[in-house]
Amino acid sequence: MAESDKDIITMEGIHKSFPGVQALEDVDFTLKRGEIHALVGENGAGKSTLIKALTGVERPNKGTITVDGKEVSIRSPQHAQKLGISTVYQEVNLCPNLTVAENILIGREPMKWGSIDWKTMNARARQILQGLDIDLDVTRTLGTCSVAIQQMAAIARALEISSVRILILDEPTSSLTIHETEQLFRVMRKLKSEGMAIIFVTHFLDQVYEVADRITVLRNGKLVGTYATAALPRLELITKMIGRSLTEFDEMIKIKLESSKLIKGEALLQARGLGRIGTIEPFDLDLHAGEVVGLAGLLGSGRTEIAGLLFGIDKPDSGSITMDGKSVENYSPLESLARGVALCPEDRKAAGIVADLTVRENIILAMQASLGWFKHLGLQKQYEIADKYIELLNITTPSADQTVKNLSGGNQQKVILARWLATNPRLLILDEPTRGIDVGTKAEIQKLVLSLAEEGKSCVFISSELEEVLRTSHRIVVLRDHEKITEFTGEVDEHKLMQSIAGSES
Amino acid sequence: MRQSKSSFEWRKVTESSLFFPSIALALILLFDLIFIPGFFNLEIKQGHLYGSLIDILRNSVPIIVLAMGMTLVIAVGGIDLSVGAVMAIAASMACIMLNPNLVGLKLADVTREADPTYSATPLWAVFVVPLIIAAVCGLWNGLLVAYGKIQPMVATLILMIAGRGIAQLVTNAIKIIIYNDTFLQLGNGWLFLLPFALYIAAFVFVIAWLLTRRTSLGLFIESVGINSRSSFFSGIDEKKIKLFAYAFCGFCAGVAGLIAVSAIRTSDANQVGLYSELDAILAVIIGGTLMSGGRFSLLASAIGALVIQATITSMYALGVPASTITAVKAVVVIVVILLYSQQVQDFVQAMTGRTRQREVKS
Repeated sequence: MAESDKDIITMEGIHKSFPGVQALEDVDFTLKRGEIHALVGENGAGKSTLIKALTGVERPNKGTITVDGKEVSIRSPQHAQKLGISTVYQEVNLCPNLTVAENILIGREPMKWGSIDWKTMNARARQILQGLDIDLDVTRTLGTCSVAIQQMAAIARALEISSVRILILDEPTSSLTIHETEQLFRVMRKLKSEGMAIIFVTHFLDQVYEVADRITVLRNGKLVGTYATAALPRLELITKMIGRSLTEFDEMIKIKLESSKLIKGEALLQARGLGRIGTIEPFDLDLHAGEVVGLAGLLGSGRTEIAGLLFGIDKPDSGSITMDGKSVENYSPLESLARGVALCPEDRKAAGIVADLTVRENIILAMQASLGWFKHLGLQKQYEIADKYIELLNITTPSADQTVKNLSGGNQQKVILARWLATNPRLLILDEPTRGIDVGTKAEIQKLVLSLAEEGKSCVFISSELEEVLRTSHRIVVLRDHEKITEFTGEVDEHKLMQSIAGSES
Repeated sequence: MRQSKSSFEWRKVTESSLFFPSIALALILLFDLIFIPGFFNLEIKQGHLYGSLIDILRNSVPIIVLAMGMTLVIAVGGIDLSVGAVMAIAASMACIMLNPNLVGLKLADVTREADPTYSATPLWAVFVVPLIIAAVCGLWNGLLVAYGKIQPMVATLILMIAGRGIAQLVTNAIKIIIYNDTFLQLGNGWLFLLPFALYIAAFVFVIAWLLTRRTSLGLFIESVGINSRSSFFSGIDEKKIKLFAYAFCGFCAGVAGLIAVSAIRTSDANQVGLYSELDAILAVIIGGTLMSGGRFSLLASAIGALVIQATITSMYALGVPASTITAVKAVVVIVVILLYSQQVQDFVQAMTGRTRQREVKS
């Protein structure tokens, strides 16, 4: 018993920084044999960076990693495997057109007379799966199996690596049904009872409470703490994840309260019964000029989905939007732009910046798109606009002709903000505008949002950081499980707000 | 101080999209200067300029015209394999409109009927209709790619294979000889010392340049090619952009087809534009546009087309048999790809960077 309690991995004082971002700052982490250890935190908390440091994908700038009492420097994923660390990633990265057995043993096929020994291979694969209590025809094509089975095959493949003692599951349940998740948990418990140490990364807190023995919480790249699951009530966990400090309510609150007098009475945009099956349950929402409305909720609660519907990324299949008293007929980004709606998207890399274009071109892109093909902005006009926003938003760049991919994350975010401000929107939807950028820039952006509201613009502010939402929003809409739960106006009771986000009465 | 300024400008030159294609062209011409006596000779006969350089220019016209359309298609992240086949369709269409009576006749009979002014349809239609059909072919490709979400390689492969069959159908699989003098001017005529076709190439280039650089299309094409999702979020209708690029590419193929068929004086659906798609793609690659899409330069693509034709003409001048020219082209491809590789680019940057640093120190 004493043996099994021993730490198998100790990480101490891990630092990792990327250009413009401190991804991990002085993080400690320990993993014991025979435990399931949940790693939780909102996006940008540093979970994936910590995992990458452990699997040799990224090398920390500072700090020590000890495996089995020996200090190691993990050089590569191959090296991590040699140390007995095996990872199953969020997306199943297997080959759907190969058989289950081939997928499990790919790259390690048993050989006989210089060719693959299929008999031994299938038998071996079957044996591994039986070890997980799964009875399956291993000669089936993987693509024809359910996602859960594919996930199991991925785990089987991770386990096949000889001497694996540490298994990392990075959001393994995000595409599984409840039943499939239970099957996965059975396998996890079985592995645990055999002494396997498992790191379980997830956004689903229910699942954390179902299988995890201990929980480590990260926030903004810093360690909040490691707790025994039984000793940490759910509400307290959320408090720790989201972060909150009463002392930090600064002058922004004052600005906010004063500006709330300027909010117009009648709605700029009204959504009635707006919904999309599988995306967001029908909801009502009024947005007023001069008002900042915060959308609060955990990841996947439907915040981004609401933004997508309001901007016309997705078409609603029920309900309607009325803007300026006129019913909206066409849903597309271009139509929204014409109405004066702008969306600064959540995923900066995939949906925000156009990496190979210059700062100038990125800034004028949406404005030019709304003007159309033939009303071309002259170069001089383009430079005028670009320079104006570079100065206004304090964008750090050698010149407007710098390629935007060479800028830091925070400055890229400002470039995208500039792109939308240049269109002079009346309604600005900001989806996680402060994710993954440094604290100073975060404050700048929050202040910017408030000053935009003072100018009479309507803003929707989406953020995983509750304190940010509290600080900037006149009104907060709470979302949970793809559904609008409630609204808070005026003085918001944080405790109640968090309860309503978590959906528990404890 | 002056030195560092000149090094700054040198850096600007090396980073220009025209740098590598120009270097490639210069290298080939240098080779010709050393190894082929009289390559640069030009003479005026009957008011026309003659010489190898003029041959290069004239023969590169179809590739230049194709490369204009192909540049836009590749810049939006696509590819068009069907341009050669579309050239054949346009060529067959023009020939059948010039003289449908020739279909079904024996070659011997045809020769007797030759009339240099005869055209069955008004001449303007002989030029316009094939171009419209070619643009529609491009539009079809664009529809498959943008709205059908079919991979560009597969979508355009359909027309690449079907196109020559369609061209054969149009002329009933018979080679029609062209007698109409006006039409023959396209590929064989001269104007102000230079081949007439060169002016067409210049015209298409100017049209393409105006369309992309004097409107926002160029920016949108590059934006869609680099990140189509970001472009969609920014309000750019990326499907329409793709549709335009493919339709324009089809139009260019039509122009190239008319010039090519005029130059060889016979509609031969099996020969017109054969392998031209590969030359056009190669020209764009030499011009520095990434196959993944994004930044493009029409002028660089045009120089790329000249590089290809200069290689071919030089090889002919050296007496290399026509059948082995493809092997020589392969060498050019390898050299160009190497020039564009990250390693070589880093090396060049390091070289220029190092000279700059040295100057700063001194």
